[in-house]
Amino acid sequence: MIEINNISKAFNGKEVLKGISAQFQKGETNLIIGGSGTGKSVLLKCMIGLVKPDEGNVLYNGRDFYHCDKETQQSIRREMGVLFQGGALFDSKTVEENVRFPLDMLTTQSPEEKRERVAFCLQRVGLEQAAKRMPSEISGGMKKRVGIARAIVMNPAYLFCDEPNSGLDPLTSVKIDELIKEITEEYKITTIIITHDMNSVMEIGQNIMFLYQGNKLWEGVNTDITKTDVPELKEFLFSNKLLREMQE
Amino acid sequence: MSVIGKYFIFLGTLFGKGEKLSVYWRRLMEECVGIGVSSIFIVAIVSTFIGAVSCIQTAYNLVSPIIPISTVALIVRDMEILELAPTITCIVLAGKVGSNIASELGTMRITEQIDALEVMGINSSSYLVLPKVVAAMLTFPMLVIFSAFLGILGGYLAGTLTGVITERDYLYGIRDSFVPYNIFFMCVKPFVFGFLIASISSFKGFFTSGGALEVGKASTQAVTNSCISILVADYLLAQLLL
Repeated sequence: MIEINNISKAFNGKEVLKGISAQFQKGETNLIIGGSGTGKSVLLKCMIGLVKPDEGNVLYNGRDFYHCDKETQQSIRREMGVLFQGGALFDSKTVEENVRFPLDMLTTQSPEEKRERVAFCLQRVGLEQAAKRMPSEISGGMKKRVGIARAIVMNPAYLFCDEPNSGLDPLTSVKIDELIKEITEEYKITTIIITHDMNSVMEIGQNIMFLYQGNKLWEGVNTDITKTDVPELKEFLFSNKLLREMQE
Repeated sequence: MSVIGKYFIFLGTLFGKGEKLSVYWRRLMEECVGIGVSSIFIVAIVSTFIGAVSCIQTAYNLVSPIIPISTVALIVRDMEILELAPTITCIVLAGKVGSNIASELGTMRITEQIDALEVMGINSSSYLVLPKVVAAMLTFPMLVIFSAFLGILGGYLAGTLTGVITERDYLYGIRDSFVPYNIFFMCVKPFVFGFLIASISSFKGFFTSGGALEVGKASTQAVTNSCISILVADYLLAQLLL
């Protein structure tokens, strides 16, 4: 479980996050939704240690990420898998080398063990045929899947996904969502997804948090979200004409 | 001042928590090829022509009958060893290697590849930058020795082929009044310049934020700042070591 308490962050005097608190349960896909510039990505970066919050703490199974010794922090980092928005694959390495990279850097596994693990992860995301290709030779959707394979190669306890559907067609988006949900349930991972994709919200949002101008305005499950009476969330959800008509 | 402070803090992070030695060795070899071996062609072309031009222009200016013609070769040799090979070669390398390093790291930064390393708990500056700095410090002196050799050879070819100096005079000139210490001085310079170019360019690239435009700016600043630092260090080294 991940718990965030009173997270605040400001850049050049501008408050981006205003005392956000939440809990994210193990084995669930937790979604953080909101419009552009509401602080979703900053919150994610605060959680994974890329941006230090001005106030508040982040607890990983009770271990305070920002107030623990370096070794504990390092061990928490090694339990994290992160899927970045653009995949963040290393351009100079093949798909296989990208997935193997955390194993090479952080483990003492034998080459055979690494090969098996990489093959398993690539097979899990359906990319065993693309192992020898370079990131520049694969599509956006494939890059995301390689990113997922790299994120799960170390058997993470926590999986973070920053807008996993951005730039993808609806069909590929659904496949990525399903893959993330399957992996979350299969390995009992605490998954946190930043998104503003309504399909993801309705399909895989087991626990949803809505951010608006740095504040948490709503929290709940996908079956309740359409019944909300929070005006900002209603505006966000039904910004699409089709959905608005369906609601009416 | 804050930028200089940030630069020194950045240098400190290179020696922070490191990774396995085998990882660094592999990275160092990759960088030696990327920084050193891939620069051989441009260094060869520039050095040969600079040596050739130095010989022709020195001969053109040295018209006094009381100065032996072999002095042309002596001047070409000392110019190459003391200044042209180390400084001009490193300025050329600042353009080639410096812009390459800054744009590579800048692109890695804006495409979140550096963030990916940090999230894994890898010391990104040490993993990415330290091998580049060490590779530059190792390969630049070798490139400069190669450059000095080709510069003197270029002078020989230009001088003898155009007839401004005979082969015998040139060979006598390059051996006349030779000071071995100058070779040491020639090797110290690229060692220092390699450190400056690689570290400054890495610094500029590593802290890029924004998009493609900022990567371009970082690359330009890396070359400009590296060239200025080379010229300042060149003066200081000459003052200290000669």
